[in-house]
Amino acid sequence: METLRLKLSLTDEEIRKLSEMLGREPNTLELLMVDAEWSEHCSYKSSKPLLKGFLTEGERVILGPGYDAGVLDLGNSYILTIHIESHNHPSAIDPYGGAATGIGGVVRDILSMGTRPIALLDVLRFGRIDKSNHSKWLFKNVIKGIADYGNCIGVPTIAGEIEFDECFERNCLVDVVCLGLGKRENLTLSLAQDEGDSIILVGGRTGRDGIKGASFASKTLADEEDRSVVQIPDPFTKKLLIEATLEAVATGRVKGLKDLGGGGLSCALSEVADKGNSGLIINLDKIPLREEDMNEIEIMLSESQERMLFVVEKGYEYEIGKIFEKYGLNFSVIGKVCKDGYLNLKNKERLVSRIPVKILANAPIIYRESKEPPLKEFENIEKPSLDLDWNKVLKRLLSNPSIASKAWVYEQYDHEVGVRTVIKPGFSDASVLRIPHGKFIAVKADGNSKHCNLDPYNGSAGILSEACRNVICVGAEPMAFVDHMQFGDPGNPEVFWYFSQAVKGMADYSKHLNIPCVGGKVSFYNEDEVTKKAIKPSPIACVIGLIEREEQIKRIEANYNDSIFLLGITKDEMGGSEYYEFIHNLVGGLCPKVNFEFDKTLFKALKEAIKKDLVKSLHDLSKGGLAIALAELCIFNNRGIKVNLDSLPRKTNRVDEILFSESHSRFLIIPRKGRIKELKNLFEEKGIPFVRIGKVYGEELDIFFQGRNLIKLGLDDLLKPYHESIPKIMGDLE
Amino acid sequence: MKAAIIVFPGSNCELDTYHVLKNVIKDDVSLIWHTHAKSLDEFDYIILPGGFSYGDHLRAGVIAAYSPIMKEVKRQAKEGKLILGICNGFQILVEAKLLEGALLRNSSLRFICKWVNLKVENNNTPFTKRIKIPSIRLPIAHNEGRYYVDEDTLSYMNKRGRIIFRYCDDKGEVSEKSNPNGSIQNIAGVSNYEGNILGLMPHPERASEKILSPYKTDHGKLIFESMRWWLRNGNS
Repeated sequence: METLRLKLSLTDEEIRKLSEMLGREPNTLELLMVDAEWSEHCSYKSSKPLLKGFLTEGERVILGPGYDAGVLDLGNSYILTIHIESHNHPSAIDPYGGAATGIGGVVRDILSMGTRPIALLDVLRFGRIDKSNHSKWLFKNVIKGIADYGNCIGVPTIAGEIEFDECFERNCLVDVVCLGLGKRENLTLSLAQDEGDSIILVGGRTGRDGIKGASFASKTLADEEDRSVVQIPDPFTKKLLIEATLEAVATGRVKGLKDLGGGGLSCALSEVADKGNSGLIINLDKIPLREEDMNEIEIMLSESQERMLFVVEKGYEYEIGKIFEKYGLNFSVIGKVCKDGYLNLKNKERLVSRIPVKILANAPIIYRESKEPPLKEFENIEKPSLDLDWNKVLKRLLSNPSIASKAWVYEQYDHEVGVRTVIKPGFSDASVLRIPHGKFIAVKADGNSKHCNLDPYNGSAGILSEACRNVICVGAEPMAFVDHMQFGDPGNPEVFWYFSQAVKGMADYSKHLNIPCVGGKVSFYNEDEVTKKAIKPSPIACVIGLIEREEQIKRIEANYNDSIFLLGITKDEMGGSEYYEFIHNLVGGLCPKVNFEFDKTLFKALKEAIKKDLVKSLHDLSKGGLAIALAELCIFNNRGIKVNLDSLPRKTNRVDEILFSESHSRFLIIPRKGRIKELKNLFEEKGIPFVRIGKVYGEELDIFFQGRNLIKLGLDDLLKPYHESIPKIMGDLE
Repeated sequence: MKAAIIVFPGSNCELDTYHVLKNVIKDDVSLIWHTHAKSLDEFDYIILPGGFSYGDHLRAGVIAAYSPIMKEVKRQAKEGKLILGICNGFQILVEAKLLEGALLRNSSLRFICKWVNLKVENNNTPFTKRIKIPSIRLPIAHNEGRYYVDEDTLSYMNKRGRIIFRYCDDKGEVSEKSNPNGSIQNIAGVSNYEGNILGLMPHPERASEKILSPYKTDHGKLIFESMRWWLRNGNS
């Protein structure tokens, strides 16, 4: 006890409840184990009731939320696993180690299912790197942490999303999605159910790092002392662990697998026993330690990295052990499965704790208070002046780090290893991976904290819509998604209202569009202890789409004289737009709303158009609206565009709204030559607005509206701010 | 042809290379774990794949260079067997002194993953014989890829045609701008004086199928095909 002061995240009420359930007072070890397991991070005690609103079943769903990863059926006996994790608190303190171990954690989740990790995506949020050196430091080191870890373990980082906003100055967000591929017969679950099976701990030794990490993530950041709760990354051991685990799984003798993450051994052991309706007898003296004099509490709560828990069929310990030996990994048989429903912890034959796994693994639910903040007052703000040089505005928006090229980031990631990456980061709206049997998956993660800040319901639904639209742009059909909800302190009723609205928005959309959620994560307490300021609400959605044939893969391609069409309606929806917030520092206005029914009709129509090969290229309109989407089309193809927006389907006549509104469900479409009529008919029949606005032409972006030439910029004027912004901020360019 | 891919703890491109040799080139490929104690006589060529052997601890490639199997690789090298080192494999060959020079940290001090153009400086080698175009497109992905060698050795290597690939631009020009990592004289790949060993930083196995290339090219395949051709026909 001397090394740990008892700083619990459990409330007095929870401690009282625990004693009541146990029928006795818990000892210190038990109290701390429960503290970790009942933490928000491990237990979802505040969020569970709301998360039930998601659609979690579907044609391709084998396993939904509740396991280490969601599992999807790809056909031909192949499965895809997907999981999302964040490492926000550790990254805010130690950006390099925090981000690296964040990857380590999500990779172990995928591995726990018996599948090979094949891709990583990351969604990051930082303060204004163009204004703050602290944010620049966080940004640089988080990227390096991801790169060093992901590159070393040979898992490509293929896509992501980054937003910069002042609200993340002291609380950066680091979310990582991992995808896994495997055979259905090797699918392994995190459970221990058969009496006598052996519990083997493999990989890194247990040390003092990361002790109480789960409880740490369940409160706001305060003092410097928190530094010791960040774990130490070791990607080399992780790489060995990946290969050894997959080799062991292939023997058919591994009956359960669980990664050691938040809450360490305590959580891993209680969860496998809980899921398997069993009990465990564990010998703490059998656990390989990094330091000699560790006490029982430290052993049980350490979050040392690169460890996996194996449940191995009785009698096959030697065979499996040989595999670990081949890879030079530490391992030890630390106990066995029993049937009494208790987690029995022994230290040199002395029983040090005996606690029912059902109590440990199932925290009492907390029903939080929720209160709507006065958001209405933000809707009617005075709109900015229209007397602006639109060329200048567009150039500034292109240099906005949230919009500008992220090549500085993704070129630090090995995005090619695995020889699966067909569409690479920076080349399209989503990335595409090759999977066996001539099929492909598309994947994209999205978020929009600015929208959600003004309207969490519509903002959050819009995020899922946008991620779906992005995978559709590369020719895929959305198959499933995982979500990540990130907010401040749930004890604050206004924060909890934001959370519940965001969950509801995304859940309603998922049900209406019939796109199941197969996993997710909730991260609370993202607020600054000093200023008491919470981050803008930051839900994330990562959508997986399936592409059945190679010919259906769409790239952003535009050749001279190709006609450019705009699909969808442009509205007065400037709330949370990059134009309002980045250019005018203006928080307010109407947040874009998704029309669920329109999306349903639209997605069906687009699926048909892609199947019939009526479309050559699609590009989604998102941050920065129509003007940015057109500029990107020029940048990606190094060709000019000439458009006239007079016939644009719209509910506004203001120039700024036409150019920069972030209304949802709009695309720039280049039809296949000779198929324009068919495509027009297809959309017209379904009442989807679809008009020709111009063509690929010349060496500049030329935008006309009602006789005025709003924008006229040469390719260089577009390319320079877009490509040079982040390298300049990071000091690579003068 | 029979190929051996040597797998070290931390290698991570062995399965990619295996896939290309087996399914694209259609050779008979084996993955050989680094503790393998038998001779490699039965194989026609040996590949040291990319990755992070021993986690790049100490210095990229240095620990693997002392791995048990490297004694046998050196023996095979002396007997003239074709040996290709890709990325980390190149770093290992340099550390094992099978190739001249050293690979230092990129001048940007950052990992770099992107597609580059390579000028083919010598297409009369076992690894380039089938390359009929002046430059090829391959991706790089490395942290320690800045090739360095002292001036005397460099000029000797140049004279003997041992510089095989240089980073160049779209038009085939070798310039400072087209140098991604600060390598001396834009060097991306070199061979030994006997010509049977090639080390290069770019990844041919990632560029051997058109679908994986943003330019719809498959230039990486040309290197593997050259090796096959050479083994069949010799230098004729």
